[in-house]
Amino acid sequence: MARIEKKKDVVIVGLGWTGAIAGIELAAEGLEIVALERGRDQNTVPEFKYPNQIDELRYGVRFKNMQHPSQQTVTVRRSASETALPYRSLGSFLPGNGVGGAGTHWNGLLWRPQAEEIQLRSYVKEHWGESIIPEGMNLMDYPVSYDELEPFFTRFDHVAGISGKAGNIKGKIQPGGNPFEGWRSEEYPMPPLPSTYDSTKFEAACKAMGYHTFPAPAAIASTAYVNPYGMQMAPCNFCGFCERFGCYQYSKSSPQTTILDALKRKPNFTYRTHAEVLRVESSADGKTATGVTYFDATTQEEVFQPADLVILSSFQLNNVHLLLVSGIGKPYDPVTNEGVTGKNYAYQMNGGVTMFFKDDNFNPFIGHGANGICIDDFSVNQNDFGKLGFIGGAYWRSGAFNGQPIRTMPLPAGTPSWGGKWKESIKEYYGHAMSIGTHGSHMAYRANHLDLDPTYKDPHGRPLMRMTFNWQENDLKMNQYMKLKAGEVGRSMKPDVIQLAFKDVGTQYDVRPYQTTHTTGGHIMSESPLEGVVNRYCQAWDKHNVFVMGAGNFVQNTQYNPTGMVGGLAYWTVNAIRTLYLRNPRPLV
Amino acid sequence: MKKALRVLGVLIVLAIVALLAFIYVPVQTTPPNETLAADWKPEPGRGEYVMRASDCMACHTAEGGSPLAGGRGIASPMGTIWASNITPDKETGIGNWTLDQFRSALVDGVVNGKHLYPAMPYENYRFMSESDIRALYTYLMNDVKPVKNEVKETELSFPFNLRFGIRAWNWLALSGESRFKPVSDNNMQVRGQYLVEGAGHCAACHSPRTAFMAQDGTREGEANFLTGGELDGWAVPALRGPDAPINTWTVSELADYLGTGRNAHAIANGEMALAVEHSLQYLTDKDLIAMSVFLKSENGAPVKDAPKQVAAPGPRATPAAPADEAGQETAKMLTDASPDMPLGARLYLDNCAACHFVTGKGAAGIFPELQGNAMVLGNDPGPLTSVILNGTSVPSTDRRPMHLVMQGYADRLNDEEVAALASFVRSGWGNKAGEVTADQVAKVRSASAGH
Repeated sequence: MARIEKKKDVVIVGLGWTGAIAGIELAAEGLEIVALERGRDQNTVPEFKYPNQIDELRYGVRFKNMQHPSQQTVTVRRSASETALPYRSLGSFLPGNGVGGAGTHWNGLLWRPQAEEIQLRSYVKEHWGESIIPEGMNLMDYPVSYDELEPFFTRFDHVAGISGKAGNIKGKIQPGGNPFEGWRSEEYPMPPLPSTYDSTKFEAACKAMGYHTFPAPAAIASTAYVNPYGMQMAPCNFCGFCERFGCYQYSKSSPQTTILDALKRKPNFTYRTHAEVLRVESSADGKTATGVTYFDATTQEEVFQPADLVILSSFQLNNVHLLLVSGIGKPYDPVTNEGVTGKNYAYQMNGGVTMFFKDDNFNPFIGHGANGICIDDFSVNQNDFGKLGFIGGAYWRSGAFNGQPIRTMPLPAGTPSWGGKWKESIKEYYGHAMSIGTHGSHMAYRANHLDLDPTYKDPHGRPLMRMTFNWQENDLKMNQYMKLKAGEVGRSMKPDVIQLAFKDVGTQYDVRPYQTTHTTGGHIMSESPLEGVVNRYCQAWDKHNVFVMGAGNFVQNTQYNPTGMVGGLAYWTVNAIRTLYLRNPRPLV
Repeated sequence: MKKALRVLGVLIVLAIVALLAFIYVPVQTTPPNETLAADWKPEPGRGEYVMRASDCMACHTAEGGSPLAGGRGIASPMGTIWASNITPDKETGIGNWTLDQFRSALVDGVVNGKHLYPAMPYENYRFMSESDIRALYTYLMNDVKPVKNEVKETELSFPFNLRFGIRAWNWLALSGESRFKPVSDNNMQVRGQYLVEGAGHCAACHSPRTAFMAQDGTREGEANFLTGGELDGWAVPALRGPDAPINTWTVSELADYLGTGRNAHAIANGEMALAVEHSLQYLTDKDLIAMSVFLKSENGAPVKDAPKQVAAPGPRATPAAPADEAGQETAKMLTDASPDMPLGARLYLDNCAACHFVTGKGAAGIFPELQGNAMVLGNDPGPLTSVILNGTSVPSTDRRPMHLVMQGYADRLNDEEVAALASFVRSGWGNKAGEVTADQVAKVRSASAGH
């Protein structure tokens, strides 16, 4: 018999970015709220304190800030003909753990999607006709427009504290910013961070070729900053320990630096750590949820937390898993293309150019996760899909993240990976390399989806989630186009050595090397209950008192890092709850 | 507060002189300083506000104990003074007290003929208006939950246990009548002066002490009022006079500091952090601005740059300040980062520069500036040393909720290194303060290890 906790108005599952946003905005309504977090509590001091946190081996290589596969993992296969096996060793993607979630260990790139990406199917249809959409691609529009989301993107910019330069303020193109971005109602909250040498070199090469350069939008403070909740950030020192690390000096935007201390002051908000939610419980008629059952690791027992409103704000993969094991939404069947939960799992298509310059010192240890100069000249709204033969695009960026000795030691191809020659090569090349990254869109396909694994179970007896995923020709062709164009820019810079790493058509998904943690879809937004799990307000079609946050709402992945869209959608959703749902709880669509 | 109790050292002498008279002549208590109708009632919330402004909570609540139920031990060299239970419990609290008895405790330091130890700042509370006293009394009696909590009797060693000696001290210490005397006709100035002198009891720490250990200057116009004191062996910055650190702050910056424990220059440490946490953060913008206007003025002179709001929420970006002329040489040395730079400078670069920058200017509102910082430059390097070793933190406040923590470096730097670092910080960017020795660091380290 599970312990039963006192009923709350709201239960929040997962206290990362979206859980913190839901918590602070709904607390303002006077609701009694409890957040359940699977991992530990985490604060800048002591958990992220200097110098303990900037331990590359412990956190960068051994992933001590991440979810451990023994807690929760997925099984992976590339196609229905393979048998999925558990993802036992972290590689391709790195789900976070603990208070703050992935918002503590991210790089801090904060983009908004282009308006064309929000209405991508309509955009394709209007310009080239639906005939260019490849067989098996579930190309969709979001059931909400860019213009509707814009105030919520801006709200998230204010809260998260972004450093950058606007390129389009209310339709007026701004010098120095990204001319191809969606319109924004105002300038970034903070000016851009200074550029490192590699990015200025890239900038010069791009300008010479007529491309439009701009500083990467960084959720990393360039000045002292106060956000609308009175929370504070301090200027970044370019230590280079963003990705995989918690920031020790209040510079990287995270739930810790922007929301949590303000939220913890609310008398109507509490949170419990080491509380892993196992399932959402349903009412007898199935129309609503009654609360959630979680495992309390402290008392080693199952606990039922009744609540009127359930917010699922765990990591995308965990949200989809919870929906599947709770029977919310019909599981997706790729054969019939029917069902919704687990549908349109998507990822990111990235490539890179590495260049070695014997006479240049790049000092790569000076950097940060969102460092660099970008171009959007090959982005979704700049590409002629009909002519190019693919749907999608990529943004490019050049700027050192870090110069960490274990992970960030680019060497020319063919260098032995150990021994005297390796040492010699390090001596010769460390600090003399720079790179251009292309960060591309990833479409959704019938073949790529998430469902429950028939064989493997987690420690609580729930089936693991199974990921069926492989690269598809459309995105690989896009990637090859980026290779062609980025190679041109790279060669124009006249490096001593240049090497291009872009997946080619036919490349199979390899789950071992790190690629990105931008996993999306599986509980997508939709116009109708037949197409997705949640409606335009991220409210479950099946159960009107369940709202689902995060990148699982993405109908397909955009070309950008997802956090800006995730934060904007979270504010959009919470606004709908506050202004439409609370006074009359019902399906909003 | 503890330091105020050194007064007791003087008491014995006085006690012998006036023993009989002071023992046997009944104590006269001070009458109300304002005439209020018998049916006068404070407006809702006023009593609680006065409780916050007077910082009752900090002393009268034990760690982890019920609010205002007493039991917090205030250490003094003569023994521990136990703060009383001021909830309306009839047996163990103040449930049976009349308004007259309550007033007498607040303004005379006398309860039922018995003298309170001057840990209770009645030297300052005596300037509070009768209406505030009555509002506070009404609040404590009606809105606070009675908590039964028998607080230990304070038992100081002889001769400090002879409470009648305090009567003699009071005769010397309590300056003038129990009445607030505004020095300006500007409403904001008057309100600020009233809060600073009375409920806020700023002089208890920020004024020096007389030979008798009484506050030397409890109100505006007295020569040494708020010219700096000493607390628990640590220097308390002056708020008045040519060397007051706040002279370089704007009114707005001072109000931000009071309301949030942080501003563009400094963060609140130690006892001041507690005052912010338990008292000042609860004051209205208007009152914090009034206090700041008063503190920044001399003798009621008008102050021009009063802000409209304290620590307004963002979004707001404040770029880091570049090195100024005095700081340029140090900033250049740190930027060049030559391998043969002195140990202190190297340690600064490795441990401190990330937040406080090579400019020593820090980041507004979050990392304090070290150039010209009163704590860094103090005659006694103890506080600076303690912060390097043990870190410090600024409490979460409503206007600035971030619980801002600086980590300590006790486990990373040895005594010689801390001494070199502290000496560097005290001499960089034009700072002119004395060297710190490893012995001094060792003392602070062992003192903090004891806590």
